[in-house]
Amino acid sequence: MRPEQPKYKTADEVDFVIIGSGAAGGIVAKELSGNGYRVVVLEQGPYLTEKDFVHDEIKVLNHDLLTNHPELQPNTFRKTPDEEAKPRRALVYGRLVGGTSVHFTANFWRFHEIDFTEHTRFGPAAGAAIADWPITYADLEPYYTKVEWEIGVSGLAGSSPFDPPRSKPYPMPPLPVKSSGVIFERAARKLGWHPFPAPMAILSQPRPGRSACMNCGFCLGFGCEVGAKSSSLATAIRMAEKTGRCEIRPNSYVHRIELDANGRATGAVYFDEKREVQRQKAKAVVVCANGAETPRLLLLSANKQFPNGLANSSGMVGKHLMLNSGTVATGVFEHPLNDYKGFAVSRILHDFYELDPEKVGFRGGGGLDARFDITPIGFALGSLPPGTPRWGKGFKDVLSHNFTRSLEIFSHGTSLPIENNSFSLDPDLKDSWGLPALRMTYKDHPDDLLLTNWLNARALELLDAAGAVKKWSFPAQEQQFAVHLLGTCRMGNDPKSSVINSDHQTHDVKNLFLCDGSSLVTSGRGQPTMTIEALAFRAADRITALAKRGDLSA
Amino acid sequence: MKSTFTRREILSQGLAGMSAAWVSAHWPAMLSAATHARQAAKSAAPPKFEFFSPEQAVEIEAICARIIPTTDTPGAREAGVVFFIDRALVTFAKVNQKLYTEGLPELQARVREMFPGAEKFSAAASKQQDEVLASLDEHPTEGRGRPFRASAAAQTFFETIRVDTISGFLIDPDSDKRGNRDGVGWKVIGRDDAHMFQPPFGYYDKDYPGWQPNPADADKTKS
Repeated sequence: MRPEQPKYKTADEVDFVIIGSGAAGGIVAKELSGNGYRVVVLEQGPYLTEKDFVHDEIKVLNHDLLTNHPELQPNTFRKTPDEEAKPRRALVYGRLVGGTSVHFTANFWRFHEIDFTEHTRFGPAAGAAIADWPITYADLEPYYTKVEWEIGVSGLAGSSPFDPPRSKPYPMPPLPVKSSGVIFERAARKLGWHPFPAPMAILSQPRPGRSACMNCGFCLGFGCEVGAKSSSLATAIRMAEKTGRCEIRPNSYVHRIELDANGRATGAVYFDEKREVQRQKAKAVVVCANGAETPRLLLLSANKQFPNGLANSSGMVGKHLMLNSGTVATGVFEHPLNDYKGFAVSRILHDFYELDPEKVGFRGGGGLDARFDITPIGFALGSLPPGTPRWGKGFKDVLSHNFTRSLEIFSHGTSLPIENNSFSLDPDLKDSWGLPALRMTYKDHPDDLLLTNWLNARALELLDAAGAVKKWSFPAQEQQFAVHLLGTCRMGNDPKSSVINSDHQTHDVKNLFLCDGSSLVTSGRGQPTMTIEALAFRAADRITALAKRGDLSA
Repeated sequence: MKSTFTRREILSQGLAGMSAAWVSAHWPAMLSAATHARQAAKSAAPPKFEFFSPEQAVEIEAICARIIPTTDTPGAREAGVVFFIDRALVTFAKVNQKLYTEGLPELQARVREMFPGAEKFSAAASKQQDEVLASLDEHPTEGRGRPFRASAAAQTFFETIRVDTISGFLIDPDSDKRGNRDGVGWKVIGRDDAHMFQPPFGYYDKDYPGWQPNPADADKTKS
């Protein structure tokens, strides 16, 4: 049973209003309310719970049960700023209490040292704005450990020789291996690589109020009906509610942050469920709305003092969007893998995390994993080999044979930060509330495409070594669809080139904080949620320290 | 007292009133009960059409039956796909009503044009039916890469009924959409229609001895 939440009045100035309840917002809410503060979380989506999480692919995926809805919130896309942006769905994110962490794959490894110090290590790259983070892996290490223990991550410490140092093992063993994982592990070892059990934010052992994974097989794209997936909904939000000081207010679509005459944020203006405008007053504001909606909210909040967008004196709000590069090689094997059972990924490898640019001729790095993250309809419509008939007996025969015998080698890697790649406000298109729609501008750095093809070549080698009966893949294509939303309000020490400082405080507005994928300075090598959550734990510590010093009051 | 539970009831009760460990331990038995209840419920209700006339339904079903034919295993007909499409057109896919009501007569005209003498699609021979559908198919084979999610808005009648047939064949039989009757679609592709599994899952993990460090890296993984 969910505990009673406090109901704060909008005119009641709470300590913090947090915008967004996902990977970052949930944790910031849990930490700040746990530290004694009165917190309101404004979430634009509904408050769904486990009983709502069905396995109906049409309802969940095609009709966006858990995700942003293209009819309510359309967007436009263009590759470069000189093109006219056209309406076209270009992004997906979780739009419900718990955010994207509700429907994600739950790959949960830590970033490595190199991700924080790429610039020092390898210098600038042509056409990219690579920068060091103002914090290092060592600063974040205790918070990675907090995520693993408090939120719940399964894994095996010491199983990858490339892992960064850690202060504690995982709190629970890895999830069981899948056939895809065994095939991957054996083939990778033949090639001299170092496969290891995938760290996953999915429980291998039950925790209070949460079941261990049932291996139902409806994981990526779906909410977990037994609370085994360590979403914010199943973890941090519940913990925040238990403090008795945190109100989760769903169906609250924030569209403006207002400042007082002294340039301090006074709270958040939002549309409630009836589309009436409300103003929640707060002493400080923390925006955790994701790498698309956080910059959009700042741009929507432009005022006299900040004509180009709130906290945007640098002009960097919305810039340096990174999506993570990646592609898929599919293999079909002689015997059934039945990989439709269970979570998506059981084995990964990080041998290629730090590639030598001199040797490979491009910047960046990445990894490979073995996965099956596709549900039956999606498989039938998109995962059969090129040349397969799309209907009739030929289609049915291949579908029937391949469904249980397929796996995917997913390569995941860096996106280099480029200033032109961005989220901004579309000058023409409006959403269903009459607000300017998101406009996405994105063109991969040439090195991202080189990296993707390089990793994909390794994936095909692995499928050969594994004895796949059939294998295929597609060359890297420029990305036009965003899932990982990173880098758009980057962290840095210089207010001219970054939006927030290492305390997640905006350089321009002292009681306004941003924490989510937008804070990242580099993209990592895919799978950013673990790092977003570690940042959120750290941000809450920093914000609490500032609040205790009295730095947030007027 | 009820002796059977639906899956959803079990899940909601599992979280509200039972310990996670208990649910985990008893899940297979509970799920088996739920599956029986579901199948009994399905076969008890005589299907009725809500959108198609009986005549239209015969034609639609005949088309579906060429998209996923009955072979040595069941096809769209046995999975009740026409009932799925019928329900879709009065619920979540109302927007496609026109595609169906206009597309079907156009298809029938194509039948008569290609095979004078054949009065309607359902009366044509299978080979002729396939030729008619092939003439409407703009992308006969796969090869365009994997979409992020299934196409929700197919443009043509053929593409729409193709996607709908596949969806109706493979949708979770627990859903309220009347597709994948008795889970036959999942049986055909080899998907056990349970929603809970334990390892070993497949052929390759059944003899897995457990993860061991690669002996060659023993020194590296120690640190």
